[in-house]
Amino acid sequence: MTMAGSSRKRFTGRKVSLTISGWVIGAVFILPYLYMLITALKPKAEITKIPIDYLPSKWTWANFTEVWHVLPLAGYLKSSFLVAFAATLVVLIFAVPAAYYVARNKFRGRTAFLMLVLITQMFSPTALVVGIFREMIKFHLVDTYFSLILIYGAFNMAFSIWILSSFFASIPVEIEEAAWIDGASRIGTLRRVILPLAMPGLVTAFIFTFIAAWNEYVIALTLMSSPQREPLTVGLTSLIGQYQIQWNYLFAGSLIAIIPVVILFASIEKYLVGGLTAGSVK
Amino acid sequence: MATGSIRRGRFGALPWIGPAVVLILVMVVWPAIEMIRTSLHEIDQTGIAKGWNGISNYRTLIHNPDLPQTLVRTLIWVSVVVSLTVLISLPVAQILHGKFPGRKVVRYSIIIPWAASVVMTATIWRWILDGFYGILNRILQDVGVLKDPIDWLGNPNSAFVFLMVVAIFVSVPFTTYVILAGLTTVPEDILEASSIDGANGWKRYKEITFPLLRSALLVSAVINLINVFNSFPIIWAMTGGGPGYSTDTTTTLAYKISFRDQDIGQSAAMATVNFAIILIFISIFLKVSKWRETSE
Repeated sequence: MTMAGSSRKRFTGRKVSLTISGWVIGAVFILPYLYMLITALKPKAEITKIPIDYLPSKWTWANFTEVWHVLPLAGYLKSSFLVAFAATLVVLIFAVPAAYYVARNKFRGRTAFLMLVLITQMFSPTALVVGIFREMIKFHLVDTYFSLILIYGAFNMAFSIWILSSFFASIPVEIEEAAWIDGASRIGTLRRVILPLAMPGLVTAFIFTFIAAWNEYVIALTLMSSPQREPLTVGLTSLIGQYQIQWNYLFAGSLIAIIPVVILFASIEKYLVGGLTAGSVK
Repeated sequence: MATGSIRRGRFGALPWIGPAVVLILVMVVWPAIEMIRTSLHEIDQTGIAKGWNGISNYRTLIHNPDLPQTLVRTLIWVSVVVSLTVLISLPVAQILHGKFPGRKVVRYSIIIPWAASVVMTATIWRWILDGFYGILNRILQDVGVLKDPIDWLGNPNSAFVFLMVVAIFVSVPFTTYVILAGLTTVPEDILEASSIDGANGWKRYKEITFPLLRSALLVSAVINLINVFNSFPIIWAMTGGGPGYSTDTTTTLAYKISFRDQDIGQSAAMATVNFAIILIFISIFLKVSKWRETSE
């Protein structure tokens, strides 16, 4: 049986009201992006018409093809993808062993380690941008992918360790012990027994890091100075600083940036709830 | 967290947790220390440290005429956005937890603001709210609410209200999903049993569902606190903190002082103050997590 707990009355049409409110919520969250699409499909002249029209008089895909020439969009896409993917890899390679060890062992410094994780989870790169900038100058890492990869990796480490260790802790030790008795090595057990069981946690950690890196703005804005190395967030919004904002290209480019991530996110939606359950409830 | 007995490697914990610790120390802790150090130095416009400066950067900051309003505004920003986000997400999650035709599509559409870059979401809202070409003015004029178009982002008050609206818009999806995750832990049979006993929907929600959501709510509230406090792209892309400094929070103000006014010392002082405010949040979080441990 399903129920909409927020509705006080029990009327027979509860399903109808649930459906309507569900669809209204969906509309609220999708409409701005739909309008983004409509604007990107307008001919240039209609973008700045007073009063503005709801729909384009002529639907045109020209903005979507021209934006690749107006901006180095392919370069932005490459930068964003490379940095986000590498940062995610860094997080998984570093966080999985740490989370596993912490979930399974008592050791000296465990509390200190958990404290470090807990505290760094509170930090955002935005709050530390001045310090990060000065450090990167010192290391001669300004305007490099390497700097972004390490920063995004480090700042997403805490959340991933936290999610993953609650997953590992929920897997009974007996399963592992059985594998050892069968002669599997410790690493082999981790890879063949534990990781598949912790899949929802891995997916959640993966997606959170990827999205955070893909969408990060402040650090990239501060550190990246050459246009061919800028990620999408910085590259596209550089159109805003210009005297005349080319909204049609801005939105066509934004949609090209948004759609792959939304598809990626939607494809793991069923894991998401499970992943968050372990992280927030356990 | 459960701990079991496991064979120890020769080097103990080091090979397992060492890499993560080093990365965190170098990329998170180092910049934090560097920032505090910078705030205590005299820094020239090119960023070179001229030597120890005591608290003089903090003195400059305190005399910054924009600081008092910015602090008040930041407090309003964080408390309004976080509380409304949680209050809106509760019924939204409850609705999305129910079964209705098209639920999958609705769940996908609520993911979009979460997956999309905040800075891009902010630009579409800026366009919707534009004084000349904004669709909001057109709609309001067509339904007869408005006679003349309004420059929503040109007026400090309406600009700040809409910045908060957008901040809530991008925070609700994550919060909703955390609450949805919490809702899956509510046992269906207990809800059914109590409905047989005659408890109505609201009573069941208040007495069974809501208490079980407490930890999901606390976690999402804390994560929202941190995100909203540090939120930069919404303000930066929609108003740039303007008109003037009238929609800045301490986060955007610190950025302006540093990268626009080139006063790196004062900016580091502002960031360090921000940092102290976050530390207060951390202690709240520590309390909360202790509460979680003992409640288990």
